[in-house]
Amino acid sequence: MGYPQKPHPKETVVLSEYFGDPEARTFKGWVKRGGYEALKKALAMDPNAVTEEVKNSGLRGRGGAGFPTGLKWTFMPKEKKGPHYLCVNADESEPGTFKDREIMRWTPHALLEGTAIAAHAIRAEVAYIYIRGEFTEPWTVMTQALAEANAAKVFGNITIYLHRGAGAYICGEETALMNSIEGKRGNPRIKPPFPAVAGVFGKPTTINNVETLAAVPHIIKRGSAWYKGLCLSSPKSTGTKLFSVCGHIQKPGNVEVTMGFPLKDVIYEMCGGMRPGRTLKACIPGGSSVPILTKEETEKCLLDYEGVAEAGSLLGSGGVIVFDDSADMVYQIMRLARFYAHESCAQCTQCREGTAWTTKIMERILAGKGQMKDLDLLLDLSENMTGKTICVLSDSCATPVISGIRKFRSEFEDYITGKKRPVMVA
Amino acid sequence: MSAAHAAEAEPYQPVFVGKTLDRLNEIIARYPAKQGALLPALWLVQEARGWISDDAMAEVATVLDTTAAHVKGVVTFYTMYHQHPVGKNFVQVCTTSCCNICGAEDVVKALLEETGAKELGATSPDGKWTVIEVECLGACGFPTPILVNDDFIENVTPEKVPELVRKYR
Repeated sequence: MGYPQKPHPKETVVLSEYFGDPEARTFKGWVKRGGYEALKKALAMDPNAVTEEVKNSGLRGRGGAGFPTGLKWTFMPKEKKGPHYLCVNADESEPGTFKDREIMRWTPHALLEGTAIAAHAIRAEVAYIYIRGEFTEPWTVMTQALAEANAAKVFGNITIYLHRGAGAYICGEETALMNSIEGKRGNPRIKPPFPAVAGVFGKPTTINNVETLAAVPHIIKRGSAWYKGLCLSSPKSTGTKLFSVCGHIQKPGNVEVTMGFPLKDVIYEMCGGMRPGRTLKACIPGGSSVPILTKEETEKCLLDYEGVAEAGSLLGSGGVIVFDDSADMVYQIMRLARFYAHESCAQCTQCREGTAWTTKIMERILAGKGQMKDLDLLLDLSENMTGKTICVLSDSCATPVISGIRKFRSEFEDYITGKKRPVMVA
Repeated sequence: MSAAHAAEAEPYQPVFVGKTLDRLNEIIARYPAKQGALLPALWLVQEARGWISDDAMAEVATVLDTTAAHVKGVVTFYTMYHQHPVGKNFVQVCTTSCCNICGAEDVVKALLEETGAKELGATSPDGKWTVIEVECLGACGFPTPILVNDDFIENVTPEKVPELVRKYR
């Protein structure tokens, strides 16, 4: 378990081994811990061989979509006609998720090393690491680490730059992030063209998440077979994953487990379970954009892409939000809807209007002014917000609303019938 | 603002001179197109002036060969750029779900009270404090995280607020 807790014996510590160890932040300290050996090895390899190794490992994107990383790299043009770019998505903003922040603040060189290896694999000369504006501490740590690594000239002919965001959740969407690097409003782009064809500055681009890239040096160093062997359930999900556990939990923090690990053990054993006298009510297992699980579903859930889908949700970014019996699900779902309304870039009508009206209707219910037909209205709205827009922000707002009404309908009804006192003013 | 008032206002002093211009030029070189330096340039303006005025946007447009309209479009898109002066201590409190269920709204109340800002987005009478609610700060395991200017502070509770405010006052 990452800082500030000690690792739990059931964890598989790979990425989080040096969380909380300030010496690992320095170049010297990182080298002493075996750092940059993988980069040296990768730079001596053919780029296609590096990609093949990552492909064989089964590593899938840790930002939320779970797309196979090595396969993504193969989408870059075989014949290089101009500059290639690598963008690193460090715009971690998905409510419930705080793993990339810990990777950057404790093991900045792990990210830099992974970034350089990926840049080599896709034959990019320049990599931009896009760090969200609010991450002041990771920014400082990364700036220092990059200066030290540059001074030691470890990156060969690859140049890494840090680019600071300025407060926009949507910039975590890959094409919005590229627009943001280009000095534009962070509006997602219509695909195709896909980034590997025309990405940042119109050039072939690959974009990877921080946690994905931090795993790459381990794969190069220890081999794809080792990584692939880290698997407790579905063979389609390999390696370790950081789960950020937060909300109503005794010991919040990042837990690193092998794919396929039971969610209930993470909650009850590793994170100390519920507060005294409280019981589990619900859990969002993969960041706020995924369906909410009930207690029963949570206790059956295995943490890999397939296991969480089977339980009725998505692995997403691995942000585990725990709600105990004191949580007001209606109010919390309204807060999530408000989050998406605030963060909508407002390009697509379904999203701009849908997120705002969902929030307003939820607020009306919480103010005791709701009607039973509002629940059907919310579901209808949500359906019209799903699968109809340029990016998935709209879908992400609809998801907790749909699963919330389906699984916690009586809590909504209690506000409408007056059984529960209003908590908001209309 | 009346016309007479505007006429009395001091002439605009450019941000991008001397060392700041050198820093900008070093940043411009990182991107194949000058406009790539727009977000960093706006950060430099905010660092120097505390906020980004229309005059500053026009200056940024000139140095990056773009239009003031494009710059304004970008400034208004990103929530961390201030389009108005704010208190000396700008406080951002996360109140999204994960922090919300751990008592973030009580932290907001305590901060508004203790700083004298009273209302969200308002600046305290002494000009020292502006407190706003923000969506997820990405530190959900350390509720409630707040940003005081560039200082990221974890695990803030209403009980810790008086001491924290004293430190920055």
